[in-house]
Amino acid sequence: MSLENKEFKPKIVAFCCNWCSYAGADLAGSSRLSYPADVKIIRVPCSCRVNPMFILRAFEKGADGVIMCGCHPGDCHYSTGNYYARRRMTLLFSMLDYIGVENGRTRVEWVSAAEGVKFSETMNSFVEKIYSLGENVRLGDLRCKK
Amino acid sequence: MQEVVNRAKELLADGTVARVLGWKAGDLPYNPEPAYFETAEALEDFVYNGFCGANLSKYMIEASKLEGKTLVCLKPCDTYSFNQLIKEHRVDRDKAYIIGVGCKGKLDIERIKKQGIKGIESIEGAEITDAADTLKVHTIYGEKTCAYADAMLERCHVCKGKDHMIYDELIGESKETKDGERFDEVARIEAMSPEEKFAFFQSELSKCIRCNACRNACPACSCRKCVFDSNKFDSSQKANVDTFEEKMFHIIRAFHVAGRCTDCGECSRVCPQGIPLHLFNRKFIKDIDELYGEYQAGEDTESKAPLTNYTFEDAEPSIVGKRG
Amino acid sequence: MYKIAKKDLSALFHLIADSQELYLPVKTAGQTNFAAWTEDAEVDLDTLKTVKSAKDAFFPQSEGLYTVKKEGKKMSVEPQTLKEQDFVVFGMKACDVKGIEVLDNVFLTDPVDTFYAARRDHGTIVAMACHEPEETCFCKVFGVDAAQPASDVAVWTVGEDLFWKALTEKGETLTAAVKELLSDADEAAVEAEKEAIHKIVEKLPYMNLSLEGWNGDALTEKFDSPIWEELYKPCLACGTCTFVCPTCQCYDIKDYTAGNSVSRYRCWDSCMYSDFTMMAHGNNRTSQMQRFRQRFMHKLVYYPANNDGMYSCVGCGRCVEKCPSALNIVKVVKAFQNQGGEK
Repeated sequence: MSLENKEFKPKIVAFCCNWCSYAGADLAGSSRLSYPADVKIIRVPCSCRVNPMFILRAFEKGADGVIMCGCHPGDCHYSTGNYYARRRMTLLFSMLDYIGVENGRTRVEWVSAAEGVKFSETMNSFVEKIYSLGENVRLGDLRCKK
Repeated sequence: MQEVVNRAKELLADGTVARVLGWKAGDLPYNPEPAYFETAEALEDFVYNGFCGANLSKYMIEASKLEGKTLVCLKPCDTYSFNQLIKEHRVDRDKAYIIGVGCKGKLDIERIKKQGIKGIESIEGAEITDAADTLKVHTIYGEKTCAYADAMLERCHVCKGKDHMIYDELIGESKETKDGERFDEVARIEAMSPEEKFAFFQSELSKCIRCNACRNACPACSCRKCVFDSNKFDSSQKANVDTFEEKMFHIIRAFHVAGRCTDCGECSRVCPQGIPLHLFNRKFIKDIDELYGEYQAGEDTESKAPLTNYTFEDAEPSIVGKRG
Repeated sequence: MYKIAKKDLSALFHLIADSQELYLPVKTAGQTNFAAWTEDAEVDLDTLKTVKSAKDAFFPQSEGLYTVKKEGKKMSVEPQTLKEQDFVVFGMKACDVKGIEVLDNVFLTDPVDTFYAARRDHGTIVAMACHEPEETCFCKVFGVDAAQPASDVAVWTVGEDLFWKALTEKGETLTAAVKELLSDADEAAVEAEKEAIHKIVEKLPYMNLSLEGWNGDALTEKFDSPIWEELYKPCLACGTCTFVCPTCQCYDIKDYTAGNSVSRYRCWDSCMYSDFTMMAHGNNRTSQMQRFRQRFMHKLVYYPANNDGMYSCVGCGRCVEKCPSALNIVKVVKAFQNQGGEK
């Protein structure tokens, strides 16, 4: 499915942990691998730093999709952070699905510092998914849309 | 509940406890209020009947800070909350003398009124010594009857069991009230399409008036400064400007208590708009049971809460999209 | 006096809604509250008390005040337009109407709250007499007659008919607009209904509550009383009482940042909350006892002192029904009555 619907510019927020996925994003950049400019990266020290409120606030302020990237389980820079993050995000995504938010709007991907290719591929496929889902209307604050 | 009153008087008289935390008769037949009693005379107003639905563990958070021990009457479901509070260092076990009181199911006046019963003057059949199968209601508009089971709180229909998890002594007999499965309603919603789910929760949550009764009644919500009470946080604690704010509060609150919620049902009981808030908390409990092993918060004071724990083989978040 | 058959009410609502907004009790997901009328709304005129009072129609829970927008380097301030559309609130009860009177004393005295004033100007109130008052009602204690609401139009349900009588000029205007659906009626049936209502009111448990000793002069005596220390204990500080109350009027003003704009809005506040009237130096009421005391002193002492003895409670009984800890204004009044007794 190609990105034809140019009227709709999806806004994606990506929480990337500093040690693995942010470095992976850097690598994607220096390898000249492209991924859509719609993705805004927020660097956090560890995926464990991501509070479920961050995800909801991103949706509130107009994000159409939120993705969290961290080190592979077992390789966390702080040894165990991403294990907690994994549990937290699973429960949060399950709750969002439960209240009717399309579950393609959220994703977790483990990307290491050497995986520039994986980073750009992940972002490309996520943006495409969001294009197909359309604008986020179920979990946004209308005051931010005006 | 004379036995409880007598025992309370004994313990007050010999100095074991400095006060008694129980219920005081209200002026209507169905509104007893949680109250402290410090003398034997005051205890003449003590009641314990089918309308005493409040979870007194919540009040123990403040009572633990007072001088001397407090005698507290806990129903079976309340004891789970108390254990959980011990685990979180919110109550002092040594400051509490727990009488585990028997329970035959607690009543919801809203359910009685929904059957068209109003102008209530008195209610028979709600005493703890009664058989708890029928209620006779004397009203200005005539005599009405109501089956006890039809008037019970939702949480009593899926009772976890009448065993007390923690107590110093037990008084009073209980009666099994469970006649439904805890996760049936959650499973029913899970099976809906996203549009149906969204429509269901929209219609329920649009009633929310952000009164914060659910948060304030919840024993697990004991933060001295709630995140929603901050001026810096956009989602004000009292405004309902927008459909997002309605959902935000409830999802976040359920998340904050996830793994710590004992499913005591207070949130749904106190909601003035009758929103089935337990559906959020039970969803988390069901997920935790399925993904991380069966866990009942408050069963003991030792086990680690699921969200402060992990295994190397935990499910990936993508499982959410793959489940049926 | 006019009447209309109950089965023709939806035609009446249709007619009103054609030219104005119409708010009436609508049942959504099991609860009845005032909401805008639509074709498929489940109108519920049988439930005596809506969960939230009708004050929302004149003093909404959230209301925008102005928005500041940023476009490039330009900033523009857009004030919220005041209410210009006429509307009708149908189905309020006598206690709700008295509640609006209480709010009028607050918002319509100098300096006038323009948002509230605009709504009051454009709103017409059609109030229903209470066919079957309930045990939680005590409006008579505060001088409210459940059988005779003091609104623009008063209606009574008697058997299969709804009787209609205009009491003010606004009421006459509305009556003229819907005249085609109404038929002339005799006052007699309504008199019988009013008597029946009065008889029921006499039997209600709270109707003989005495307010003796509660007035503007009792300030120091009531304020310093040790009874408050006992009364407040079960209070969870949740704020339910303030949100369902028809007369509570405190509000907070907040700013919401939405990226390119900031909107300033006001929303209901509750004196039960710990950050109520919090200022730069902190809070003037730091304990729940003080906050609890303040609420009832306001309703029974401070407000009468400022408003010629009129109380800021209308006896609707919503706090009695909805408090999670079963506290309410009746228990407070009774506790002071029993001062000599065991409390």
